[in-house]
Amino acid sequence: MGFSIYDFSDFINNIHAFLIETFSPAIGNIIGMAIVAVCFLGFIALLGLSLVYIERKVCALFQQRLGPMRVGKWGTAQTVADIIKLIFKEPLMTKDSDKFLFNLAPFIVMIAPVMAISLIPFASGLQAVDFDIGIFFIVAVSSIGVTGILLAGWSSNNKYSLIGAMRSGAQIVSYELSVILSLLTIVVLSGSLQLSVIVESQREGWWIFRGHIPAIIAFIIFIVASTAESNRGPFDMAEAESEITAGFHTEYSGIKFAYFFLAEYVNMFIIAAVGATIFFGGWMPLHIGNIEFFNNAMDLIPPVIWFFMKVSAIIFLLMWFKWTFPRLRIDQMLTLEWKYLLPLNIMNILLMSLVVLTDFHF
Amino acid sequence: MEEVAQNIETQEYFINMGPQHPSTHGVLRLMLTLDGEIIKKVQPHLGYIHRSIEKMCEKDSYQQVVHLTDRMDYLGCHINNEAVCLTVEKGLELEVPDRVKVIRTIISELTRLSSHQLWWGVMGMDLGAITTFLYGFRDREMITDIFEETCGARLTMNYNVPGGLMFDIHPNFQNRTKQFLEHFKKKLPEYDKLLTGNVIFTERTKGIGYLSKEDAISYGVTGPSARASGFSCDVRKKNPYSAYDRVDFKEILFTEGDCFARYQARIAEMWESMKIIEQLIDNIPEGEYKAKTKAVIKLPPGEYYQRVETPRGELGVYIISDNKKNPYRVKFRSPGFSNLSALDKMARGFKIADLVAIMSTLDLVIPDIDR
Repeated sequence: MGFSIYDFSDFINNIHAFLIETFSPAIGNIIGMAIVAVCFLGFIALLGLSLVYIERKVCALFQQRLGPMRVGKWGTAQTVADIIKLIFKEPLMTKDSDKFLFNLAPFIVMIAPVMAISLIPFASGLQAVDFDIGIFFIVAVSSIGVTGILLAGWSSNNKYSLIGAMRSGAQIVSYELSVILSLLTIVVLSGSLQLSVIVESQREGWWIFRGHIPAIIAFIIFIVASTAESNRGPFDMAEAESEITAGFHTEYSGIKFAYFFLAEYVNMFIIAAVGATIFFGGWMPLHIGNIEFFNNAMDLIPPVIWFFMKVSAIIFLLMWFKWTFPRLRIDQMLTLEWKYLLPLNIMNILLMSLVVLTDFHF
Repeated sequence: MEEVAQNIETQEYFINMGPQHPSTHGVLRLMLTLDGEIIKKVQPHLGYIHRSIEKMCEKDSYQQVVHLTDRMDYLGCHINNEAVCLTVEKGLELEVPDRVKVIRTIISELTRLSSHQLWWGVMGMDLGAITTFLYGFRDREMITDIFEETCGARLTMNYNVPGGLMFDIHPNFQNRTKQFLEHFKKKLPEYDKLLTGNVIFTERTKGIGYLSKEDAISYGVTGPSARASGFSCDVRKKNPYSAYDRVDFKEILFTEGDCFARYQARIAEMWESMKIIEQLIDNIPEGEYKAKTKAVIKLPPGEYYQRVETPRGELGVYIISDNKKNPYRVKFRSPGFSNLSALDKMARGFKIADLVAIMSTLDLVIPDIDR
């Protein structure tokens, strides 16, 4: 089969060839897709479980407590127990809520991260879909989620939910601009929208180092804007439990609530994965100039490990934000976006274009 | 653009904040009239936790009245107890020993510290920084441990009795209090780092919920909330009781009158409280911990009033006696009730998120409002 932890492309191609040979090309392709889908479903479920657990432990770390400790060793089975509880809970619904939209909303919220995750390059060759407009596609599908949030708030027949949904609509639509523009800054540098090409172009060094000042500015804007886009603290105005009591998902319970919860964590993973891919070289190992010894040593660590190390670092950063900062007010948040981040971003793209034109990067 | 905005018909709507809501800190119900997110009117509705404490006092003996006041402002329970005891002692014309005065003052200031610590944590939580809540509780734990060792209870202490204290202090009391001060002096700057210096926090509080000095006086707002508007109303200075006349401390005054000033006033008060405790902790005079009183206390007929400074403001106790073993009528002037009345004035024109910040800086304890 030619399995190698450093390069998955042979392995994946062999499986593909095997399927097509054994069955007809059409059926082989369908079986291939089904395998990928099952893998992703399993991965998302695992991701949700582990990220909720990690979030609790990180939160406990910041708050000088232990976090979950009772269920399983070090509380590792706590999230499993919670999910089981949520599955068996009775799904409640308010009296005059719009039943169809109310039930539809959690799925729409979930669609966005599931579609976006298929484009993430986990390692060399380990990528489900590799569009040539990869970044454009990710940005496009990730904005589907806001429709679900708006529908959830609207159909709940609850004023708090409606306020939360409206806040979240304003917030996500605004901050999308900053996310896109900060990603475009690096696209200018790498010259491609295709994620695998962007990763490959960072073989000599990660863009955040090679693109120096404009790349660092772009990364900071990306982190701020994507935190806002995923509705996480300090930008969790849509939920804001101390103001509007959990906002758009106030009326949801049981497994439907779990969908919103899961979507939030998968979104966080996607943000971290896109950030790592664009700015930190995705699965590329850390290379410094021509120091052969160091570069070879770094190459020994498998790309998958590199990818997940970078992703975890960014996820930790996002959690750090959430558990440290107070929440912004809605108007302050929109001011931050439209008055500061957006103009800065446009200037930054111009600066980056100048840097690329004059070849003033490493 | 403005023309379009004028032609769109908008409607004001009501929303019930409470009785069950995370940031009303209890069962307070606020009826908000909103225009979008902007607050047009706030109407507090009380009565969800009314236990008629004042009426219950009328059939209890004076010793029993003391413990009922624990249940009013449970975060400043020692000071509430002290207020009743001082009133009864005034009626009996009883001079309590010096030792009692000093211990009462120290424990009052510890109570104030623990109340402000909890307020600081909750304030951060209301503004979305949940971590502060646990930091506040971490430091408060040391004070409640001291209380537990002193009198057996951690929250509703009931340590005062008319004429003095229920028991003498624990031998460890002085040491542990000093340890706590040493610990907290290092931690209080950490509080500043987490919230005071934070850009988001200052943006959320500066210029929000303005209360002028005149309004503070006319609404009867007292305590740190009023002193942040420049209204000098510290009972400890104006009408010293217990051992406050022999310690050196500043009355904290700010003039801005916004949420940030109220926040700063409380943080500064914590430093002053520590200063007071430091002056007294090594100078507790020897002597009895309780003056001699009869088993059945009967106040001479008449009206007695005493006010004290609780962490939230001025608490007044008014007792009418008709020479029986229980009071004829008791009335508490609680700080929370008057402070809440200014909420509408302060919140109009601001947003829902600001209302939460304003309520937080008023430091409301609902059982204190609804007695």
